[in-house]
Amino acid sequence: MFEIVQDILDVRTIALQLASQSDGAIVTFAGIVRGTNQGKKVLFLEYEAYPEMAEKMMERIGKEILNTWGLSSVRMQHRVGRLNVGETSVVIVVAAPHRDDAFAACQYAINRLKRIVPIWKKEVFEDGEVWVEGPVETVEVP
Amino acid sequence: MKVRVRLFAALREIVGQEEVEIELAPGTTVNGVWEKLVSRNERLGAYAKSINFAVNHDFVSRERELAPDDEVAFLPPVSGG
Repeated sequence: MFEIVQDILDVRTIALQLASQSDGAIVTFAGIVRGTNQGKKVLFLEYEAYPEMAEKMMERIGKEILNTWGLSSVRMQHRVGRLNVGETSVVIVVAAPHRDDAFAACQYAINRLKRIVPIWKKEVFEDGEVWVEGPVETVEVP
Repeated sequence: MKVRVRLFAALREIVGQEEVEIELAPGTTVNGVWEKLVSRNERLGAYAKSINFAVNHDFVSRERELAPDDEVAFLPPVSGG
């Protein structure tokens, strides 16, 4: 349900697993490797995770959104390793009785993932490479 | 006592290892381990203000005291998604 994976992610397959007769909405988010960043051509990305902790933090986010928005189910998967432009790096799928809750929960989940889940990406350009570092913040201690 | 330190991304590249074992005096804090690592690899110092700390896969404060066989991680600002 909350996994770091090496393989290709397919948002549709994951979404279909969540379909049920009691839910009126499934909202999906797929993060895609963009071919340029700040005007520079990106050749590919290398994603690295602290897998045990990343899965634990994704599960924590899952519990947060299940409770807050009354969701029926949630799945989160993030891929690691080399990803080419156009490939899917992360998938978040939420199912809920009503769409407003599903949209809000999905948006919260990706924003939260980008803050607290220990995953890093390196951008590889024609003339070099750089570890991307998100905004500096002190993550709250539970 | 011994603790295991996991390193990722830029920190892993600076140290040249994914993990290191460090022998510590009882009562050493997470910050104490960080300072020990920085003394061996000065370039890590650039991350002093931007890292978060984890013990056994949970975020902790830098004052957290360590127990034998804890797994410590120093996390540069994350960039998943």
